[in-house]
Formats: sequence, structure tokens, C-alpha cells
Amino acid sequence: MQQEVVLAMLAKEPAYGYALRARLSAALGPLGDAMNAGQIYVTLTRLEKAGLVASEEATSTEGPARKVYGLTSAGQERVGAWLAEVSWPRPDLAEFHLKLVAAAAAGLADPLAIVDQQRRELLRRLRDAQRAAMAEPDRSDAALLLEGIVLRLQADLRWLEACERNWTERRGNL
Amino acid sequence: MSDTADTPVLRTRGLRKQYGKGEVLVRAVAGVDLDVASGETVAVMGPSGCGKSTLLHVLGGLDRPSEGEVWLDGRRIDRLGEKALARMRREAVGFVFQGFHLMDELTAVENVELSALLAGNSPRAARRRATELLERVGLADRAGFLPAALSGGQRQRVAIARALCNEPRVVLADEPTGNLDSAATLDVLRLFESLHEAGHTLVIVTHDDRIAATADRLISMRDGAFVDETRLAGGTSGKLGALAGLEG
Repeated sequence: MQQEVVLAMLAKEPAYGYALRARLSAALGPLGDAMNAGQIYVTLTRLEKAGLVASEEATSTEGPARKVYGLTSAGQERVGAWLAEVSWPRPDLAEFHLKLVAAAAAGLADPLAIVDQQRRELLRRLRDAQRAAMAEPDRSDAALLLEGIVLRLQADLRWLEACERNWTERRGNL
Repeated sequence: MSDTADTPVLRTRGLRKQYGKGEVLVRAVAGVDLDVASGETVAVMGPSGCGKSTLLHVLGGLDRPSEGEVWLDGRRIDRLGEKALARMRREAVGFVFQGFHLMDELTAVENVELSALLAGNSPRAARRRATELLERVGLADRAGFLPAALSGGQRQRVAIARALCNEPRVVLADEPTGNLDSAATLDVLRLFESLHEAGHTLVIVTHDDRIAATADRLISMRDGAFVDETRLAGGTSGKLGALAGLEG
């Protein structure tokens, strides 16, 4: 599990480990099944060592004492930087998706602004790939590879359109 | 009229266009300031109904704004009379539409030369110009074909040749690849690219990412207003390898 994702899920408010896991499961649906609970605790421990997360024992009348995890100011900074960074050319759909979810939940950034930023980057690459494709003679080997790049970029751009629609509607419903 | 490089070919200030009134008032264009420089390709993207087609119509004098100014080549056009406006459209603007808008009963070359004839050129000069343009769009051998005998991509290329017939100051295109398959889209992209290289000024409204990506500048439009603007030129060369799984 990427550390930044765990951090971002804490941006809205501190949470118990299991609540954190529930937040991720809600955002990822069946894709979240691959995560195991242990992973999250290992990541939290690392983050705490790095000074990005601080924990507190919550007193409880029944059952064992549980830790509540929250962001330190360094952690908050890291989340802000992660939201602003564009992750292409290694697109990680889940990471980008969680970025939008976390940004909206914590009110840290406008999901639509993140979508716009990503779109700009993808369109620049599409422009380059297309220019390279147009410069190739028809049916050259290189043209075929470039066509593959163009089609992938188009697929990503279509998904961004879906993200835009979805987050526009949600914002309207707030 | 001014022809200096720093006068924008197209300029709008406080442009608004609305339809209806009261509860059914639609603000299709809600305050747009735009400058398009000579030789620039600008793409306007946005969801259906965001006002981009209306904007294009107002830019080309097909429709009048409710408020604001439109300048073409240093000349204010939103207050021109009907006759002067029609003349301006014929001589200074080339239009390309999603549905091609060719005359079904005219051949390709006749469709192209028609606008030259309407602008007062001799039949001989008009035919020469049309033949030249069809060659340029790669359709010299289809000059005598009716639109019905041409593919979608070929029809759009005829429409682009027609748009260029009177050497317009600006070409305005409304979803030019909207009715085309992938191969025909690539032909049209190549053609727009060559127009760009030849120094033409282009404004394209579209939701096709591929054609938007050919622009120098990309404007996002939502609810009648510009919400984002990006310069695409001078981007990422060298990173394409990473997109194909080649590192470094």
C-alpha cells in the first residue's frame, strides 16, 4: 500500500486503523479486497516512525485500548504535495482515484482542478504521440506502436471525462 | 484593417449570448474574452451544451452576441449590417462543420469553387483555385465525384478545401471529426496540421481529444465560460518511450 494513500485517507480526520481500512474499502470496492489489514498497520507504523503520523491511545471502557492515528503537520504537507503531483507516465488508476476521493473528503483540493491538471498533462503527451505518428509513413512498425500509445492516452482521457462528470455532479449535490 | 502581427485575428471582450428569457433564460456564452493570434491553432473543449458551438457561431458572424464585442482582424463585426456581415463571412472566415454541409447535387470541385464564385471570381479562376485545393487535400482524383460517392473523411476534406477557397483570415471548425472513424480522423488531423504549418489561423471546438491535442492552446469551457487554459506546444518530447514501456 502506498504510504501517501494511507496518509491522504487520514487528511479528513484522525481515525482508528480499522476505520481507515473501511474508508479505503468504500473508495475501492471489490478492488480493495486485495489489501490485507496487516499492510495498513505496517504502513502506519512506518509513517509514524517517519514523523508523518502521530498516534494516541484512546481509552475505552471495554475491549483493548486502540490507537487513533492522525496527521502531523509534516504529514499534511506530504499529502498536499501528493495531491498536486502528476503521476504520468506511470498511470496508477487507483492512486489517482484515491487522490480525488481524499481531496474531496478532506476539502484539501478541488477534484475538478486535479482532473484538469491531469488532462493537460495527458493532452500534451497525446499531442507528442500524435505528431510522431503523423510523421511516420502509413503502416510502418513505429506507426503501429505510436497508435497504441495514442489509443491508451485516449482511454485515459475518456476516464478523466467520467471523473469530471462524477465529481461535478457530487459537487452540485453538496 | 490592420495586418500587423500583434493585432489578434480574432478578439472578443465581454461576449455574452443568451436565448429565451425569464425562467427559460439560457446563458450559452456567459462573458468570454478571447484573443487568437495570427497563425495560432486554438481548441475549445467542453461537455455538450457548454456553449462552445454558440461561441463559434458568434465568432464567425453566423449569430450576433447579446452583449460584448467581436473583432476580426482589427475590425469590429458585431455591429455590422446584414449585408456587410455576410460579405465578411464569405471573404474572411472559413467554416467546417461536423455534418460537412456540402451541396449534394454538386460535385466535389463544384462545391469548392462555389464560394469563390460567390465572392466574385471568374469561373475560370474559381475552377483553378478549387482544383488546386482539392489537390492539396489529396482528392485531385475525386474532383468530379458527388458527395454521395465519397467517404465521410473525403467529404470533410472537400469541406476543408471549400473553407480555404477565399483565403480566409480564420478557419472555424465545429466538431470536424465528430462523424469520422479513426482512420479518417487521422487524415483530417494531418490536414489541419498542414494548415497550421502553412500559417493558417484555426479555432476548433470539439470534444475529440485527438483533434484538441493538435492545438497550440487549449481552452476548457463549462457553463458558457472559460475555466481553464493550457499551452500544449513545447511539451514532453522524449517521454514517449516511457508511455510504451521503454524506460529512460
